[in-house]
Amino acid sequence: MLNKDLKKITEEFNSQYKQIAGRITICGGTGCVANGCMKVYEAFQAEMKKQKVTFCLEISKECQGHYLSLSGCQGFCAHGPLVTVNDIFYTHVKPEDVPEIIEKTVVKGEVIDRLLYHNPATGDVCEHKDDIPFYAKQQRILLKDSGRINPRDIHEYIANGGYAQAKRVFTEMTPEEVCKEMIESGLRGRGGAGFPTGKKWDSARLEKEPKKYIVCNGDEGDPGAFMDSAVMEGNPNAVLEGMMIAARATGADEGVVYVRMEYPLAVRSIRAAIKQAEELGILGDNVFGSGQNFRIRVMEGAGAYVCGEASALIASVEGRRGMPRVKPPRTSSKGLFQKPTVVNNVETLALVPKVYEMGAKEFKKIGTEKSSGTKTFAVTGHVANTGLTEVPMGTTLRQLIDNVAGGTTNSDGTINKDAFKAAQIGGPSGGCLTKDQLDLPLDFDSLKSVGAMIGSGGLVVMNEHTCMVNVARFFLEFTKNESCGKCVPCREGTDQMLSLLTDIVEGRGTMETLDTLEELARAVQKTSLCGLGQSAPNPVLSTLKNFREEYIAHVKDKTCPAGVCKALAKYRILADKCKGCGMCKRACPVGAIDGQVGKPHQIDANKCIKCGNCQRTCKFGAVTR
Amino acid sequence: MTEKFAPVDKVLEEFNYDSSKLIPILQHVQDIYSYLPEDVMRYVADKLNISPAKVFGVATFFAHFSIKPKGKHIIKVCNGTACHVKGSSALIDAISKKLNLKAGQDTSADGMFTLECVYCLGACGLAPVMVMDQSVYGQVTPEKATALIDDMVKQEAAHAK
Repeated sequence: MLNKDLKKITEEFNSQYKQIAGRITICGGTGCVANGCMKVYEAFQAEMKKQKVTFCLEISKECQGHYLSLSGCQGFCAHGPLVTVNDIFYTHVKPEDVPEIIEKTVVKGEVIDRLLYHNPATGDVCEHKDDIPFYAKQQRILLKDSGRINPRDIHEYIANGGYAQAKRVFTEMTPEEVCKEMIESGLRGRGGAGFPTGKKWDSARLEKEPKKYIVCNGDEGDPGAFMDSAVMEGNPNAVLEGMMIAARATGADEGVVYVRMEYPLAVRSIRAAIKQAEELGILGDNVFGSGQNFRIRVMEGAGAYVCGEASALIASVEGRRGMPRVKPPRTSSKGLFQKPTVVNNVETLALVPKVYEMGAKEFKKIGTEKSSGTKTFAVTGHVANTGLTEVPMGTTLRQLIDNVAGGTTNSDGTINKDAFKAAQIGGPSGGCLTKDQLDLPLDFDSLKSVGAMIGSGGLVVMNEHTCMVNVARFFLEFTKNESCGKCVPCREGTDQMLSLLTDIVEGRGTMETLDTLEELARAVQKTSLCGLGQSAPNPVLSTLKNFREEYIAHVKDKTCPAGVCKALAKYRILADKCKGCGMCKRACPVGAIDGQVGKPHQIDANKCIKCGNCQRTCKFGAVTR
Repeated sequence: MTEKFAPVDKVLEEFNYDSSKLIPILQHVQDIYSYLPEDVMRYVADKLNISPAKVFGVATFFAHFSIKPKGKHIIKVCNGTACHVKGSSALIDAISKKLNLKAGQDTSADGMFTLECVYCLGACGLAPVMVMDQSVYGQVTPEKATALIDDMVKQEAAHAK
């Protein structure tokens, strides 16, 4: 039972918040931490003491001066560490910059030009976050608060309307009405499969069993996807509120947040939020006086990709090996400890409070007819602005890459929109999208129609210097390692597909290898037990379909057109570029390079061991492979 | 016998000898020993009243558990998709060469370093990413990686004096 009214908490927070003179927010997401934001945070504290600028680290009765806080991931990872002083937005901030920021910006309100974001395309200088195309072109509903509020302070979440929807569904709505609203909103699961959330809840609601569970799936395993970690770090209370609403919809009294162990920050953030929610009486017995209890605990995963699959996840919560089982029965009727269980993804749950806040009708207006709402995409690889984005469902790949992510880049980081070769969407289970598919709307059904999937929303952009056969092999290596071994098609099939792909990249493949590979891929797709095996062949099939000529070059001509596959590399010196400096000759460990000073050199292919030293040492770009 | 496993007993008590908590129990136990020794796994199985095969099965299924001792310093190289396309393979090659690791070997002969390839650390914006012990490094080149190892070797040598 709540020990203080939400309105009262809001009033108190707001009156205390008015006392502060200004706000300094440092992005504390995983990306910025890796970029050294904690040193910037420490530098701010030390330097403000030194310059005698009053500051506080939390909002309380006594707080005064500037409020210094860390936020969750702000998404603009490539440009971190990010620091916001009131509404002035600085990028690439180093501890050395801090004294100047305090002296000029914090104290006098002056802007330091060199720390602002300079748009490389137009040369514009952006003073505020919203001036930056990366942010301006997004529609941030889910990510709005994460990156703005202090995720470790539940009061700030409440003051921004938090837990009001949980209270409303517990005090003003019946479970049936809660499910109905969710069904109407058209929200589909953001974890990959896109199952309608409302339907899932409703089937769990109809189960007669008194004991039910809500499981939050935070086992975000797709390499290249980090939206769930960002949400758990940056707005953990939204996830908890989503779970509470799901609990009201189904009648569950216990929740489990399953977080990947690779995300220590997310674990800490969720744990802290649960503790605060318990202290305020939001979680616990008799939630909002409804008579229903709801408690949440955290479980750290132990590192298994297949645990993202609901039944495998449940097995590991029960202390067993994380292996999927045959369905039906669905987890909504027989899940955790054989009780009805709703397993929802982090992003889905964090969107839930927004659905009720906006109302199903308004929410459904965003996105497309069959895929409503917004979707986060973790855009990485060869793009200018690698980071976390949120756009309405149905946005095209071109809009996302060119407008938000700032365009495809060459391998040296310079922007070159024509360098785009492919984008891998949906992680190892997804598929490759090509130049011809740049105008494809990104939603569940459009992607499915071209043999890809939205998956969790990982989007890896690849430029011309990427070998698609090598990429397919990379994904197979991943799925082979992560196959749990329960069913034969996946366990043996992924292993055999990997061997075939290894043959191809190492120059042992023939045209027949391609046929065998394709046949095997179809068999694994059709006969595997769970989603991991069924989707493991996707990268192979989509690259075989879209980049067949590249496979043929590997098996017939024994060359790698992108120059990536080492075994097929043929190092050559371009006579017109070679200055005859002799650098490569000295760098070659086997003496395969010969030539006179000042004259073009040559590589003896029979001696060459393909180490690549010559190419790395050449200052004139005269060595190709 | 019991005395030897006193720290394990404490963990088991904390989790109420509940076998459904096997994974968090093993996580805590591994924190104590830095890996899962066989006699400890047998002891846990005995105390939880489940078969040693079940404990061993879980310990070998999940990537986080190790049944072999690890090196003093753990180097994790991310080989997630974003890191892969930005050249993490070259990092792995360079580090393996630096540590003289043969195929299938992950810990250096002197027991100083263990190299692990992991999938996605969630810092894809900074690819390729490498973690040494608790420090995360972004946009790592083979040269930077070997320099970091050299630094650590120097620190160790200074410490030994």
